[in-house]
Amino acid sequence: MAEVLVLVEHVDGAVKKITTELLTAARSLGEPSAVVVGTPGTAAGYADTLKEFGAAKIYAAESDDVLSYLVAPKAQILAQLAGEASPAAILIAATAEGKEIAGRLAVKLESGLLYDVVDLGGDGVATQAIFAGQVIVKSQVTTGTPIYVLKGGAVDATPAPAAGELVEVAVSLDETATKAKILDRVVESSGSRPELTDANIVVSGGRGVGSADNFKVVEDLADSLGAAVGASRAAVDSGFYPHQFQVGQTGKTVSPQLYVALGISGAIQHRAGMQTSKTIVAVNKDPEAPIFELADFGVVGDLFAVAPQAAEEVRKRKG
Amino acid sequence: MNIVVLVKQVPDSGTERSLRADDKTVERDSASLVINEMDEYAIEEALKVKEAVGGTVTILTMGPDKATESIRKALSMGPDAAVHVNDPALHGSDALATSKVLAKALQGLEWDLVISGAESTDGRAAAMASMLSERLGVAGLTGARKLTVDGSTLTIERQLEDGYQVVEAQTPAIVSVWDTINEPRYPSFKGIMAAKKKPVDTKSLADLGVDAGEVGLGAATSKVVDAAPRPPRQAGQKVTDEGDAGSKLVAYLAAEKIV
Repeated sequence: MAEVLVLVEHVDGAVKKITTELLTAARSLGEPSAVVVGTPGTAAGYADTLKEFGAAKIYAAESDDVLSYLVAPKAQILAQLAGEASPAAILIAATAEGKEIAGRLAVKLESGLLYDVVDLGGDGVATQAIFAGQVIVKSQVTTGTPIYVLKGGAVDATPAPAAGELVEVAVSLDETATKAKILDRVVESSGSRPELTDANIVVSGGRGVGSADNFKVVEDLADSLGAAVGASRAAVDSGFYPHQFQVGQTGKTVSPQLYVALGISGAIQHRAGMQTSKTIVAVNKDPEAPIFELADFGVVGDLFAVAPQAAEEVRKRKG
Repeated sequence: MNIVVLVKQVPDSGTERSLRADDKTVERDSASLVINEMDEYAIEEALKVKEAVGGTVTILTMGPDKATESIRKALSMGPDAAVHVNDPALHGSDALATSKVLAKALQGLEWDLVISGAESTDGRAAAMASMLSERLGVAGLTGARKLTVDGSTLTIERQLEDGYQVVEAQTPAIVSVWDTINEPRYPSFKGIMAAKKKPVDTKSLADLGVDAGEVGLGAATSKVVDAAPRPPRQAGQKVTDEGDAGSKLVAYLAAEKIV
């Protein structure tokens, strides 16, 4: 069975959940080979997780400086492995970096790439939701080694233990791969709340929240639910909440179990970032707000009355 | 510093967009077409660099005749000139073919810095800057929320989910920017009038030395096998708050086993 290369997303010594999803998706296309790009010794630490989700091989592309340069080294290593292994496909996570790696790789391999894939069939047909999710497109790569860039949650990760043979990969970076040097990484903490794109529950506020100060009401309901806090573009543009929390076409796309929209009208721009959420709850004063077309449970009312009451009720139930 | 800004004309992302029924390419004929939003931030950043260190700003657009409107709009913000790559054979080009054509066009221009939006609102591949830096063998400083120019040294703050990276490179380089980087200026009346007289150099594929067979729908590296509007999400129950909606909401969540 042909290999399928899976680029391992990892940070601070842990494999990200999307990697287990990519390995699961790879199994329907061939035999997954996990590709770990990191400092020496990184791959060995991930072996248990990668084996559990089906990696027959684990390529360890390790060197002291491979993570010191932006994007290009990972594309070079994947291209090198693709040349050696002639894989059936290459899977990468649809993060900002993943899309850029895929772009460079597509040029190097002269291969087709499909990005923001939300479902991938064993026949290589990839589903994408385009134009803010208004249109569902199914596509196939027709040239070269298919490169699929998958969104988180596209497949449910299921274990299927495999051998996970560790294979060392010699890393010798091209001059062109070392032109953009990473000098520093600064974490701007979202505090104790979960990451917006990883969270099971997201509570977002919109223009209706009215002020930065009033966002406390959104945060309080989020905290009662153990949720991440998001904001609509209108709220961000009005200066109510920082841009990094923006959900929508030009912000983040989230697909949590529960999305709570407080004072958000539901413009296309916003819907693009949240309409694949499993359950949607909306609170808005305007009974005609388009957000209600999406909501599984809608409340026509004042968010400053409804949200605090809901937070109190949640805390009561949790004891 | 000579700067080229990549500008793409796209259907307005605030409207309903669709694919053409015949060849599944983006429907442009009936769409309201605008400058890709992120590109306005790229133009603004280029103008700021020019104001700080001198040089020129040139707009580079690939697109059909209609794209002229977006080019004039871009020029009205202040850039000096534009190059419009326009050829009927380009219809249906994918990102790979587009990057091939833009790379050729860039090779015909003198520049130290290329600035693009981090992604377009129609394609959202967010890969053009990376594809171009790969093709041209220059540094790619992608996803910037801040750009600092010091002689030939460029430093960006690359926006991440949970913070940022500081990344440095030497010119020539390609920088892509998010909408967090600046606040684009509005064209002034003077700017709008001046834009009408600014040079727009139109290039065909033959001018660029690109074979028509390498681009367009026929050369696409993937094909659409099916496209359909998303089935509308079924709206659920809607209650009007009578003082107990917060409790009702949580009761609903509990019934759904979410809390």
